[in-house]
Amino acid sequence: MKSDTLVIVPAYNEEKNIEKVVHSIKKLYPFLDLIVINDGSTDMTAAKAQSAGALVLSHPFNMGYGVSLQTGYKYAVYNNYQYLVQIDGDGQHDPSSIGKLLEVIKKGSADIVLGSRFIEGNNYRTSIFRMVGIYLFRYVLKLLSGKEIKDVTTGFQAMNRRVLDLFITDVFPCDYPDADVILLLSRLGFNIQEIPVIMYSNADGKSMHNNPVKVLYYIFKMILSMFLTKLRKY
Amino acid sequence: MPLKQEIVAFTIAFSIFIVILELVREKKLREEYSWLWLLTSAGLIILTIRYDILIWITYMIGAVLPTSTLFFFAIIFLMLVCIQFSIRISRLTNQVKDLTQEITILRANNIEKIRT
Repeated sequence: MKSDTLVIVPAYNEEKNIEKVVHSIKKLYPFLDLIVINDGSTDMTAAKAQSAGALVLSHPFNMGYGVSLQTGYKYAVYNNYQYLVQIDGDGQHDPSSIGKLLEVIKKGSADIVLGSRFIEGNNYRTSIFRMVGIYLFRYVLKLLSGKEIKDVTTGFQAMNRRVLDLFITDVFPCDYPDADVILLLSRLGFNIQEIPVIMYSNADGKSMHNNPVKVLYYIFKMILSMFLTKLRKY
Repeated sequence: MPLKQEIVAFTIAFSIFIVILELVREKKLREEYSWLWLLTSAGLIILTIRYDILIWITYMIGAVLPTSTLFFFAIIFLMLVCIQFSIRISRLTNQVKDLTQEITILRANNIEKIRT
């Protein structure tokens, strides 16, 4: 029988990690449906994910992280799933926390649950640039929405159908969905919760967050996007 | 304006107008993009024939030289074209994104159907 919950794993050139991620999700949660969104990878990501037992959705070319996520959301809505969990394909997020996220969502106490790396004693390490960004976003978010979210940039989330129905529309910021999405949701009156999850620093270290120029651009873009979200009418 | 200058300016303006018209006629340029160009080249033609209008506009906008008036409007025109392109590109990017997602999902659903 089809599950009512879909796990989506966006992946771009993750041949080293994707198998492990898919395997552990399948092992821990065999009753959940799982798709990998292969964002035009040039390596063996798609083949490895498929051989590990996931259904693979492949973009014909690289479209970016946000578009991959939205492809997953659309797939979920078209196939009538009620809940969705998103987890990164680089092995940074520990799949064992999926259950905790889902529990909160299914209880109905929140529309979207964010897996936070900062709430409890988590030995998560990241670059100084990224930390500056996170603190800045946290501050701007609090300023604009009054909401205090510790880990505004987390990609480890679970959401219900109400949020999905919103995310498949044009309001979802596909280029860098992050703190601006949280701001959007809080403006629209969605219930947001944050719970601690286990996260590892990126093993490969190939993340864009190590390039100061990209990080600066990202921070600028995100702050702009947040202010625009605040100014827009929905 | 000296006659030589007038002939050169008129020839250029008129050629631009004809080229745009021809591109639209051959459907190499969509009508929606052509109006700004046609308007501008028509404006140029009028200005070369009626130099006094250019002088009058120069006076009206407070410029000193008629050439600065021309440059001023040329820059405004280019800016408008760029904005128009940016709007189009944004829309196209969005459409390409939507299409890509649709194809990706359709393909996956097909694979799933074949599997079961």
